[in-house]
Amino acid sequence: MRYAFIIFALLTAALLSYGLYQALVVAPTEQTMGDVQRIFYYHVPSAWAAFCLFFVNLVASIWYMVRRNPKADALALAAAEVGVVFCTIVLVTGPIWARPVWGIWWTWDLRLTLTLVLWLIYVAYLILRKFSTSGQTPVIAAVLAIFGALDVPLVYFSIWFFRTQHPQPVMGGGGSIDPRMLHAFFINLIAFSCFGALVCWSRYRFEIARREVEDRQALQGMMEAGASR
Amino acid sequence: MSSTGLTRATLIKDLRLEWRSKDAINSMLFFALLVVVIFSFAFDPTAEESRQIAGGLVWVAFLFAAVVALNQTWARELRNQVLDAYRVSPAPPNSLFLAKALGNFIFVTVLEALMTPLFIVFYNLRALGPAWQLPIVAVLGTWALVVNGTFFAAMSLRTRSREIMLPLLLFPISIPALLAMVEATTSILTGEYSAKFWIVLLVAYDLLFTMASLLLFGFVLHAE
Repeated sequence: MRYAFIIFALLTAALLSYGLYQALVVAPTEQTMGDVQRIFYYHVPSAWAAFCLFFVNLVASIWYMVRRNPKADALALAAAEVGVVFCTIVLVTGPIWARPVWGIWWTWDLRLTLTLVLWLIYVAYLILRKFSTSGQTPVIAAVLAIFGALDVPLVYFSIWFFRTQHPQPVMGGGGSIDPRMLHAFFINLIAFSCFGALVCWSRYRFEIARREVEDRQALQGMMEAGASR
Repeated sequence: MSSTGLTRATLIKDLRLEWRSKDAINSMLFFALLVVVIFSFAFDPTAEESRQIAGGLVWVAFLFAAVVALNQTWARELRNQVLDAYRVSPAPPNSLFLAKALGNFIFVTVLEALMTPLFIVFYNLRALGPAWQLPIVAVLGTWALVVNGTFFAAMSLRTRSREIMLPLLLFPISIPALLAMVEATTSILTGEYSAKFWIVLLVAYDLLFTMASLLLFGFVLHAE
């Protein structure tokens, strides 16, 4: 398991460096947007990683509700935390790109709003976990994760309809994409998927180790209390 | 006792408690009144503008006021370990949940019935669209707020500083419902477009989250 982790980490590092080279050096500069378009190679893969991690969180939450496996709960927590980080990257890199290209930092467009609402839901999820006082945090958190997932289609349709009544920002027109751009994009997509999985995996291992330490400390405390009596 | 009998008994108990103390309704009313007055100062709208923004103002005021009532839903049951007694009894959790949700629904509906005339007076409102749809939107929207609110209030019982926890959970999940209520109300007030899509969305939201709450409430009640 430890070797698998190290090999995976090395693979991810190699992919990320290759992706960086592809995105910054090999891919040609976009004609109308200029170099700022290169943020796209990180923005979209981060969004992809965030959505995948939120999906992992949902699956792990349902798994926990069915099987009551503490490992599923640790995975749900790790996926939600790392997902929020990636989602934050998306929400920060988006406006940096939008300002020079659209001329505005933010617009209440479907994808932007959906990402923001997802971010809000998962921040609420993490706050709930943080503030929970009972030993049943995993159950309550899993229930909230299921509620959040149920909310996503409703958010999607509401914003989709909301936006069709209002003017939309003009997106970049069609036209052919340079194959080197596509190559850089897909390399980064794979690299970021691996990166997200790697960070989530290490967070998961950390969480499992932390719980083991807590359990042992509690057990030790009980034994010492028993011995001193 | 049958589960409808249980729901009725709990509901009547809550209504009687509220009738005697009037804690929730008084604080909600005064809070909503303050929001109305402060918004009026903050925006100082003309009749035409207020028609555009009233939908948002009304529902934000009701949402904030509803949180006041929702926070008191379960806190009352913590005294004298009523909730623990309930937990060990064989009574179905859903009948308790339905009683609490219906109780909150009645409180918030009373609030809305009392506050709407004030809104009409202060903002000079007159609906240009089909006004008969407004009560439908109000009922569906109120249920959307209270069904999730009652559920999340039960969840936040298990947290530190639970009074602040409820809005943190309720507001992000309620975004589509809030958008639907506000847009439906605005479309009816301005008469510019149809509220049909938003009413359908509210129905879908209500059905989905009522079912989810009934399915999952047992887990939340027994989480200790």
